[in-house]
Amino acid sequence: MKAAAFDYARPRDLGEAVRLLASGGGSAKLLAGGQSLGPMLNLRLARPKLLVDVSRLGELGGITDAGKSWRIGAAVTHAEIEDAVGTLAGGEMLPLVAAGIAYRSVRNRGTIGGSLAHADPSADWPLALAALDATVVINGAKGERAVSVDRLIRAAFTTDVAEDEIVTAVTVPKLSPSARVGYFKFCRKTGEFAEAAAAAVVDPERRVARIFLGALSGPPHSLAALARRIAEEGAAACSREAALEAVAALPLDAVDRRMHAGALLRALQQIYPP
Amino acid sequence: MTSQGIGARVARKEDARHLHGRGNFVSDMIMPGQQEVAFLRSPVAHGRIQRVGKPQGYEQSVFVWGDLTGVKPIVATSTLPGYQLSAQHPLAHEKVRFVGDPVAMAVAPSRAEAEDLLEQVDLEIEDLPALVDASLVSKETAVRVHEEWPNNLFITMNYESGFDAKAQGAPVVVEREASLSRQAMVPMEGKAVLAYWDERANQLIVYSSTQTPHMIRIGLAETLGIDDGQIRVISPDVGGAFGYKCILQPEEICIAWLALRFRQPFRYIEDRREHLTAGANARQHAYKLRAYADATGRLLALDAEITIDGGAYSMWPYTVGLETGQATGNLPGPYEFRGYRCKTQCVATNKPGFLPYRGVARTGVCFATELMMDAIAHKVGREPWEVRRDNLVPAAAMPYDNITKKHYDSGDYQKALLTAREKIGLDAVRERQRRGEKDGRLIGVGFASYCEQSAHGTSVFAAWGLSLVPGYDQATVRVTPGGGLEIRVGVHSHGQGMETTLAQVAHEVLGVDIAKIHVVLGDTGLTPYSTGTYASRSMVMAGGAVARAAEALVPRLVTIGAHLMQCAASTARLEGGKVVGPQSSVMLSEIAETWYRLPYRLPPDVDLGGLEATMAYRPKVDTGAFSYASHAAVVAVDTELGHVEILDYVIVEDCGTLVNPMVVDGQMIGGAAQGIGTALYEESPYDANGQPLASTFADYLLPGATEVPAMRLFHMQTPSPYTAYGIKGMGEGGAIAPPAAIFNAVNDALKNLGVEVNETPLTPRRLLAAIQRAEKARA
Repeated sequence: MKAAAFDYARPRDLGEAVRLLASGGGSAKLLAGGQSLGPMLNLRLARPKLLVDVSRLGELGGITDAGKSWRIGAAVTHAEIEDAVGTLAGGEMLPLVAAGIAYRSVRNRGTIGGSLAHADPSADWPLALAALDATVVINGAKGERAVSVDRLIRAAFTTDVAEDEIVTAVTVPKLSPSARVGYFKFCRKTGEFAEAAAAAVVDPERRVARIFLGALSGPPHSLAALARRIAEEGAAACSREAALEAVAALPLDAVDRRMHAGALLRALQQIYPP
Repeated sequence: MTSQGIGARVARKEDARHLHGRGNFVSDMIMPGQQEVAFLRSPVAHGRIQRVGKPQGYEQSVFVWGDLTGVKPIVATSTLPGYQLSAQHPLAHEKVRFVGDPVAMAVAPSRAEAEDLLEQVDLEIEDLPALVDASLVSKETAVRVHEEWPNNLFITMNYESGFDAKAQGAPVVVEREASLSRQAMVPMEGKAVLAYWDERANQLIVYSSTQTPHMIRIGLAETLGIDDGQIRVISPDVGGAFGYKCILQPEEICIAWLALRFRQPFRYIEDRREHLTAGANARQHAYKLRAYADATGRLLALDAEITIDGGAYSMWPYTVGLETGQATGNLPGPYEFRGYRCKTQCVATNKPGFLPYRGVARTGVCFATELMMDAIAHKVGREPWEVRRDNLVPAAAMPYDNITKKHYDSGDYQKALLTAREKIGLDAVRERQRRGEKDGRLIGVGFASYCEQSAHGTSVFAAWGLSLVPGYDQATVRVTPGGGLEIRVGVHSHGQGMETTLAQVAHEVLGVDIAKIHVVLGDTGLTPYSTGTYASRSMVMAGGAVARAAEALVPRLVTIGAHLMQCAASTARLEGGKVVGPQSSVMLSEIAETWYRLPYRLPPDVDLGGLEATMAYRPKVDTGAFSYASHAAVVAVDTELGHVEILDYVIVEDCGTLVNPMVVDGQMIGGAAQGIGTALYEESPYDANGQPLASTFADYLLPGATEVPAMRLFHMQTPSPYTAYGIKGMGEGGAIAPPAAIFNAVNDALKNLGVEVNETPLTPRRLLAAIQRAEKARA
């Protein structure tokens, strides 16, 4: 369980990172926190010829106030977001979610951009950021582009990011002071991958109601119909039956349906306490 | 009791190095010119090896079975009737029998390079159908795990005593099934071996992370075909073992052979993926029980069929007969009944060979019997603790010979249960259940009682017909020139704290400050023979031997001391580290100085044994000192998510005289954490082709700090009448009862839903599936 041989490079800036990535011809891979890539290298499931370490690139760091949104650099760690609690007005959900990712030693290294680019179906950021309607900023040889998080992930471990592109930042719209959020994941033990997960954002001032299910076999799943009902009916639409109905159409077995409905109901109950 | 003797709460001497990260494990060792070894392991569960092509240019760096000149396969013999032998080649010969079976090994300056070499090995295997499900043993006729066998049964045991007479006409008959999934033992440190040739000593030096260095030396001498005098096995710091390391390992033979052949240091460190696949070797039992009881739930007779998924090979030296015999003999548990029939079959399957994990078969039998106790209670409409109490062997009946002729030496089993009931606050839990939970979760309380044969000796192992049976354990106690003590024992300590507790025993006899007592373990070159540390035996056996050796020194010390004080030896005595005479006293350090440095002051009739004694010990009745306990658990069950939270956990245990209560607590808590793992988390599932599905910690869950509750421990102390100081072994007990207590608690919580769970581990998926089945049945 030792990695196959690879080369390692630490570019000085984003431009060099993009060039190195492109020079690899598909066999270069980005390294940020290494919390998923590290084990995959050691198991020899990932066998890049070149690792491009972007964890210390200044362009990928920092949490900045961009007016109507928060811009979070892709190499910002979960721990940095967790520790920003109390400072992210309109983005209060972010430290909440960060604090529940794995355990602190993983959070100290794992990054928000890495989590999105890795696109593990049971990861927290794809789900939470989809509910928050966040946008991913991507850089490559052809310049910069933006993709909404709910379109970023195409399938498990598969994203819209090309092999020669780098996720550089995430832009998270600020919620109104009256907005309410719910986030619940069920793990068999603390820090474990989620068995079922749900995220909900209800922001009447901004006319936003978004509900997503996570920990599925593919990308986070939008529960648009339920979100509409919640927006219209509020607490009245928040019930075990509604949760079960919302997940009924998903291709899940009976046990998974119950578990996901359970997670969904708990997320909604954070907004509308029973 | 002195402040350092038996019963004292002293901090462990070994903690200083471990807590500062200064332990010395095989992984820490680097020898000049050391080569690292990696094993190529079978990717299929069952197959015939067609070809193992070595990478071109590296023929001298890759080894297969044919290269291991002079090496014999591991064959564990037993004279038990019907037992079929398996030959385990350290590197597979002709056939592979489980995913992870070692086929070849590569040698390189680093492990990564050794793995690179293995990737270039051209391995051709003709797939054979695999036997993966032990329950199919009677139906599956095409597969032969061992071709020379007429079937796939390692062994079948039948036991019957008074069954028909007691079962006949019983007013209450309850049938249940219970099963435990396969799991790994997951010590923090896996297997680790480093071997080199010592030219000066003319010896093969083998450092191995093992519980049983003396036994491994015998095993290596036999399989390598060299004199055991040419082998020295040293077990350095060991990061947990739990039974995984009490047997002869194929990797030990391979690394030893490399060092013997090339006279160079070679090292192998098992990685986690190897452990979780090739080491998935414990707990998998299936039970079918039928209990016969009277109208109050008093057990009259028990009928059992047990199937053990024995894996591919029978381990040396204990054989799979150990697990089979323990299951058959221990199923009746701490209960008093006189009708028993049990058929136990141990099936050879295409999985790693079964090993004796902490608790051995008792975690399984306790699970089956204790679920049955609750089932009987429900059937007769009584509280499970009441039925349990009525069935437990009463204190007045001790010593008690049970239905399988186990000799329960002492104890008050009922009191342990009643104390557990009181400490868990049963009435308050029942009241809380009636009130219901705000969050909708269901509360349940469960009990489990067991007794545990510890330090079972010669007669027990001999009855299993093994080729290597434990007898007397020896210890050497030596007074050093400075007046301290050196203790040498052949057992090993890998978490048990014996560097401290054996010092406490010596202190009890000789009064020397334990800071000046140095305990040497785990080295065949330095310690007297012992079969090693396993089966909750070391504190009883090595502790007894240390006491005897220390006692042998007492008259010698008194003789010298009396001479120095110019008084008659008969008027002097040893007390508190001094020899005390009628008018004066002399320190032990002065006696040591006299023997070693100022011998002209010695009496003319001095004992020529000197200030060093080696004595052997074995309890006067060697059928085992029986520890026992009752566990009680309160759980909250989420019926939507399938989550089980342990709200409270109480252990009331009796391991006789406590040598160091803190060490006992640590052992209990650690064992119970593993029991919680068995109950709720740990599982090594296989697909229909015998592919292991949990090969990393992403798939194999262990309980962590947040899943193990703060357990509440209570001790009773009934000294064993048969052992030195009345000590009973207790290293395994904690791991025995938690699955039973937790499942009984969950079933108590779900009683009104008509749900009864009976298969470990209780994953959310299993739990929700059971709830949904019950909902469907009700609808």
